[in-house]
Amino acid sequence: MNQISQTLERFGGVYLLPVIVGLIAFVLIGAPSSWVTLTVAGLSMGMMIFLMASGLSLIFGLMDVMNFGHSAFVSFGAFVSASALAYLSGWLGADSVALNILALFLAFAAALAFGLVAGWFFEVVIIKPVYHDHLRQILITMGALIVSEQIILAIWGGAPVSVPRPAFLEGSWLIGDVTIEIYRAFAFALGLAVYLALFFVLTRTRIGLLIRAGVENREMVEALGYKINRLFVGVFMVGSALAALGGAMWAGYETLITPALGGEMMIVVFIVVIIGGLGSVEGTLLGAIMVGLMANYIGFLAPKLALASNMILMMAILLWRPSGLKPAVK
Amino acid sequence: MSLLSLSQMKTSIGQYHVLHDVTFDVPEGGVFVLLGRNGAGKTTTLRSIMGLWKPSPGSVRFRGEDIAGLHASDIARKGIAFVPENMGVFGGLTVEENLVLATAKGKFDDVRLKRIYDLFPALEQFWTKQAWSLSGGQKQMLSVARAIIEPRELILIDEPTKGLAPSIIDGMAEAFAEIGQSTTILLVEQNFNFAKRLGQGMAVIDDGHIAHTGTMPDFAVDTALQEQLLSLSS
Amino acid sequence: MTHSSPARGELFIKALVLTIGVLLLFAPFLFQDTRSLEVAARICIFVVLVASYDLLIGYTGIVSFAHTMFFGFGAYGGAIALKQMGPGWDAVIVGAITGLAVSIIVAIAIGLLSLRVKAIFFAMITLAAASVALVLASQLSGLTGGEDGITYKTPQVFKTATKLLVDENGKVARLFGVKLNGKLAAYYFVFATSLALFILCLRMVASPLGTVLKAIRENEARAEAIGYRVVAYRTFVFCMAAAAASLAGTIYAIWLKYTGPDTALSFTIMIDILLMVVIGGMGTMYGAVIGAVLLVLAQYYLRDLMGVAAEFFHGVPVLPELFDPDRWLLWLGIIFILLVYFFPKGIAGTIWTKGARD
Repeated sequence: MNQISQTLERFGGVYLLPVIVGLIAFVLIGAPSSWVTLTVAGLSMGMMIFLMASGLSLIFGLMDVMNFGHSAFVSFGAFVSASALAYLSGWLGADSVALNILALFLAFAAALAFGLVAGWFFEVVIIKPVYHDHLRQILITMGALIVSEQIILAIWGGAPVSVPRPAFLEGSWLIGDVTIEIYRAFAFALGLAVYLALFFVLTRTRIGLLIRAGVENREMVEALGYKINRLFVGVFMVGSALAALGGAMWAGYETLITPALGGEMMIVVFIVVIIGGLGSVEGTLLGAIMVGLMANYIGFLAPKLALASNMILMMAILLWRPSGLKPAVK
Repeated sequence: MSLLSLSQMKTSIGQYHVLHDVTFDVPEGGVFVLLGRNGAGKTTTLRSIMGLWKPSPGSVRFRGEDIAGLHASDIARKGIAFVPENMGVFGGLTVEENLVLATAKGKFDDVRLKRIYDLFPALEQFWTKQAWSLSGGQKQMLSVARAIIEPRELILIDEPTKGLAPSIIDGMAEAFAEIGQSTTILLVEQNFNFAKRLGQGMAVIDDGHIAHTGTMPDFAVDTALQEQLLSLSS
Repeated sequence: MTHSSPARGELFIKALVLTIGVLLLFAPFLFQDTRSLEVAARICIFVVLVASYDLLIGYTGIVSFAHTMFFGFGAYGGAIALKQMGPGWDAVIVGAITGLAVSIIVAIAIGLLSLRVKAIFFAMITLAAASVALVLASQLSGLTGGEDGITYKTPQVFKTATKLLVDENGKVARLFGVKLNGKLAAYYFVFATSLALFILCLRMVASPLGTVLKAIRENEARAEAIGYRVVAYRTFVFCMAAAAASLAGTIYAIWLKYTGPDTALSFTIMIDILLMVVIGGMGTMYGAVIGAVLLVLAQYYLRDLMGVAAEFFHGVPVLPELFDPDRWLLWLGIIFILLVYFFPKGIAGTIWTKGARD
């Protein structure tokens, strides 16, 4: 038994989990083409959830702050980019791919900029006064979530808002008898790019090393001469901006969004950071991929179970590893 | 003038008064040892000097400047390094990354790095290993190395021998003796035999008060006083 | 604080709560219209919900977002039993016990799984569990009626047409102009059961258990060192709170004669409970009564007021949107945040200690 687990560890340990899930699903589904479609859908969904969740996990790891209002950034990101895309709809429909891309880029930039500014506001005004007080932190960020949702309702109304997609991301590729939606491939690629960028920053730059060191031992980072609070504001802003970007991506994926989006995604995001292990970006990616894959496989195999699948997954993983799959070293 | 001078320092953690009146001077150069029983307030004293707990009232003077109440990062930048009891190494980071973060500019000074390799050859050997995989003694070496990778004026070291094998403790004593020649060390220790070999100046803390100050050679021969202050059985 | 003479603040709060109790007792006679009776019954139910929630947040220092889930278990237990077995007391009892059993089992599972870790972890897991329960309720439509919920008949005595007393003409008798019909019986059923549950909560915090809970909340590590099994105590309190919420759910299901996701499970109810406990005062028990009264009144009457305000700002950009009656949660949310910052003890806690310092 010990030997088996050691061998598994050498080949990637918990990182093998999505592969195993994929293999089991392949056997159960039977039809390779459906399996590929579902897997791509799961991976792209996972990547979008990763964008939303990574900031939350890092913020918690670094400062022991859990922002229950995090999903407000997701919602705002979705609605801000939807409005921007609607405003630029002329460019979106244009024949020129360059204009398409520019419109999409501007919409994402608007979501990111909003996330940065709102994240700064949230950190400095809402959360700073209640550092180290978990009870009030939970209550206040929850209050902020209520207020944010109401503001969204006041600005965009309760009716579903449709999100235009740029022409070049419409449609799907047909490879053999496998269909792959272009937008999903795009979402996967963008998520992967963000992950690689985060990975580079966290492992190859001084700021990244400081963040990882701070997640482990905040006091020691201060005793080495660094002001960790400044670092934290930065991480909070970037984390919020990533959530907003995730929301913007999700809006394009769903094409029809309602203010309930934030609340729905919040649960998924929480489950992802819990099963991934709080404070680690790799864990969050792993958790997000797992949730994305499971949602799609089970949605296909046993649609009735699909909604409870996340919860079952979380329970199972917590029983196996109470602090998540890949928690930050503490 | 002393390098570090504590005067009537008091520290409370929550509702508990841990330090009541801590007053002693650490002269420049050499190893100064702070002794005391378990729970006497040794660790709290070091953490209060470092600014990780806020002492109030009382003063902490470093080269004549009152640093009490300053942020830990500002105190660090004045040239004080901290080697905590749990060593405080960043387990997810490699030995190299741990040391890089301890440098002021993110670059190593070759001479100082060479000196660290000479003092602790194991660190060179495990240079690219993640710190969690090191042994207890190697983690302690890394923690001390972080404190001397930059020129510092004072190093606060909390119980470096705790849980280490005797052979490693010997090596540690030699390293501290060598570091003490160029940098002042304030060493908190329970292991009296270890402290005896290193200390020049010394103080004993008991129940949040300084109970005795003097020199180590005098204290080392006064077994009655040792018995009274430290309840040493041997 | 001195205990030699009861402080003025404490007296004031107790007198206020007693007054509210008396008003609720005579509510059918004092406010003779259906809407007022709805309001009074809702207040009774929420007093129980908030008081049992205060056991968690105020006395144990743990934040759960699953309180509505337990409320929902009780409500759906009662509703499904009444629908399947017909309108009898046997159905009420079976429903209440089933709801109770499910609540306690789920509470034990969640408690053992996550109460040993951080408060934040617990909050997140309860939130996830509550959302799954909500989804399940709308998915298992065969059992729960899905989004539409279930309507059913309640025991004979609670029917509006039931005559508790008849006058000489065979018509329903009146007392001070109030018809002595089944509606009145239903209200007093709600009032009496809620009162009993509230008193149980009060007794619980006054018992030795309450003292242990406070010790745990103040200093977990020390309580553990003294020998209290912190996880066991917390799980126990979590179960008790869940049980009270579940019973409140069954009572509410009987009163409404309808159970659906909006009335029994929605996250809005959870937000209401949070607002009530914080506004009333965490860790005071009496605050539950004050918070529930204020918020339920606000729900029913503040919207009317906001409608007037929205009219007033007609033509001004954005403002009418913000004062729209549907936006009342916006303002409550802002008040909530300000309260947590500046008056974390809430109304009851603030007044209580103010008197004590004089």
